[in-house]
Amino acid sequence: MSDHGHHHDHDHDHDDDQPGAHDAPLSGPALKVKALESLLIDKGLVDPKALDELIDTYETKVGPRNGARVVAKAWVDPAYKKRLLENGGGAIAELGYRGRQGEDIVVLENTPTVHNMVVCTLCSCYPWPVLGLPPVWYKSAPYRSRTVIDPRGVLREFGVDVPESVEVRVWDSTAELRYLVLPERPAGTEHMTEEQLAELVTRDSMIGTGQALTPAGRR
Amino acid sequence: MTRPVDLDALPAIPRDEEGPVFRAPWEAQAFAMVVRLHEAGHFAWKEWAERLSVEIAAARDRGEQDDGTRYYHYWLAALEKLVTEKGLIAGAELERRAEAWVEAAKRTPHGQPIVLER
Repeated sequence: MSDHGHHHDHDHDHDDDQPGAHDAPLSGPALKVKALESLLIDKGLVDPKALDELIDTYETKVGPRNGARVVAKAWVDPAYKKRLLENGGGAIAELGYRGRQGEDIVVLENTPTVHNMVVCTLCSCYPWPVLGLPPVWYKSAPYRSRTVIDPRGVLREFGVDVPESVEVRVWDSTAELRYLVLPERPAGTEHMTEEQLAELVTRDSMIGTGQALTPAGRR
Repeated sequence: MTRPVDLDALPAIPRDEEGPVFRAPWEAQAFAMVVRLHEAGHFAWKEWAERLSVEIAAARDRGEQDDGTRYYHYWLAALEKLVTEKGLIAGAELERRAEAWVEAAKRTPHGQPIVLER
C-alpha cells in the first residue's frame, strides 16, 4: 500500500474531540491522529487494511450502546418517542448524548408498512455519538452504491427479508444531517424493562440493515 | 486474526468486560496504530506501557484530574514521542502533515471525503 497518492478521511467533521466545533472539521487530537496515521501508512509502517480491521473490532464500543438506550426509551415511553420523532437531536440530548452530530440527527420510525435504511453515498456520514464507529461495510463503495440501486437485495444479504408489501425507504446522510432508525419493538417483549429492551437493539437495526433481536435471539 | 495484546500491562485503560472502550473514533484509531506498530516489531508492549505511564504520571504532576476522560490524549502524546524517538517519523514531518490536513479540510465541502492532494 505504498503507492497511495491520496488519502480519504471517512470521518470528515465527525471525529473532533470538541463537540460543536463546526468550523474546525479537523482539529485537536483527531487532526494529530489523522496526520500520524497518514504518515505511517505512506511510509509502509502500518497497513491501512490491518488498521481498519482492528478498528472494526471496536466499532460498537464508541459511545457504548447510546443509541440502544434511546431506542429502548422510545419503546417504553410514548411521550419520549413523540419528542424523538419530532426533534431527534433534542430528545437524544435529553439522555446526555450531545455534540454537533447529536443535534442534527433525524429519527426514522420503522412500522409494519415502512422499512427505513440509511446510507451515505458521498463519504460515510454516521451518527457516531449514538451508534459508535461506522462498520467497515458502511464505508465500502458497494454498500454505498448498491443500497440506492437495490435496497432489497442488500437487505437480503444482511439476512433481512422485507415483504413486498412493505415500502423500503433509503435515506442518504450528509455532514449536516444524520439518521437513526427506530426499529420496531419485537413481539413478546411487553413485560421487559427498558434496560432489558436495550439489549435487543443491535447496531444494524439502527442503520436499517437489521431488525431488533427477539427475546429468544438475545445473546 | 488479531493476537490480543495484554491490556493488563497498561495503566488503567478504560475498558469493559470485552475490551477497551472509546469515547470518539480518533481514540480507537490511536489505539489501533499502537497495536499494529507493536505487532510489526517497532517496540515491545512493555516499552509502550512504560511510555504511557510516564505521560499519565506527568499529567498527574501537572494537577490534571485522573478520571479517565483524557486517557487517550496521554496515549496520543506518548505515541507521538515514541515514533519520533524511534526515527519512524520526524517531528517536523508530523507538523507539516497536520497542516496539510487542515488545508485539505478547509477546501472540502461538508459531506465529501477530505482528500490530501500531493
